[in-house]
Amino acid sequence: MHSFGYRANALFTFAVTILGFMCAIASFTDSFNSPSPSVQVQVLKVNWFQKQPNGNDEVSMTLNISADLQTLFTWNTKQVFVFLAAEYVTPKHVLNQISLWDAIIQEKEHSKFTITTSNKYRFIDQGSNLRGKEFNFTLHWHVMPKTGKMLADKLVMPGYRLPAEYR
Amino acid sequence: MGWVSDTVDSIKSIKVREVLHQLIVLGMIVTTALIIWKGLMCITGTESPVVVVLSGSMEPGFQRGDILFLTMSKDPIRSGDIVVFNIDGRDIPIVHRVIKVHEREDTEDKYYLTKGDNNPMDDRVLYNHGQNWLEKKHIMGRAVGFVPYAGWATIIMSEKPIIKYVLVGALGLLVLTTKE
Repeated sequence: MHSFGYRANALFTFAVTILGFMCAIASFTDSFNSPSPSVQVQVLKVNWFQKQPNGNDEVSMTLNISADLQTLFTWNTKQVFVFLAAEYVTPKHVLNQISLWDAIIQEKEHSKFTITTSNKYRFIDQGSNLRGKEFNFTLHWHVMPKTGKMLADKLVMPGYRLPAEYR
Repeated sequence: MGWVSDTVDSIKSIKVREVLHQLIVLGMIVTTALIIWKGLMCITGTESPVVVVLSGSMEPGFQRGDILFLTMSKDPIRSGDIVVFNIDGRDIPIVHRVIKVHEREDTEDKYYLTKGDNNPMDDRVLYNHGQNWLEKKHIMGRAVGFVPYAGWATIIMSEKPIIKYVLVGALGLLVLTTKE
């Protein structure tokens, strides 16, 4: 009962159990954080708006995104993954979500930012429905912890509209 | 050398009953583990409630060797969800994020495009030839939590199978030679 093997085994089991508990408690402290992020998106310019040879509409825009996500960070946060998606409805597809831009933020200071960028991922419809289309910009964020439960939420900004004609 | 002759002696002195007892205990342990695994599968609703991250394509959020906990709820899959999916014909699950969703109302078809956070391109290069979208049936679960570094044992065992055999062999020897 007192051999090295037994003692090593008991110690190892105990250590792993304690580690598991600490990870769970660390994750639990995240639930006391009540985040209040803010964001604003402006379409500075529609660069071009064409119908592709395969029949799908594609639009390219330059966007100005300014956000303050500092309240999402806790001591248990490893990174915040943030992305901007356009959401709209077409007669054929009742829901369309296209991610246009994303970023990985690892420091709390970097999460208050303003950037001007053209869309990182192509805004292509499955079909030819984008002329004059009304859509929402939704900023999604995923808080990935150092250990434990992940948190995801979003902020919907309605009221944007694409141009009525190709250009 | 004394250790070798001791082991040989103890193997010679084994009674059948003791060996059977040890084997039954081993069987109980394995069965309990299986029950827990299947129970987890039922609770979380997915075929693989726990996966190990095998590649660096979701860094810096998920590193190689992290363990992910998955569930599959009835909630629809939305862009931003981190999902685990299988490509037809390949048995290694991939953990990436959904970046595009197109849902049809009439036929309930839903199409998803995924991309690893750390990859420059979306996952179309990973899908099968001619496949441009993932469908609901490919998706095995959604990641809800994770534990860092805990999966390294699995990675080592699958990349250097000799270690697996050495471990199982050593365990077997231990079972046969312990007296209690």
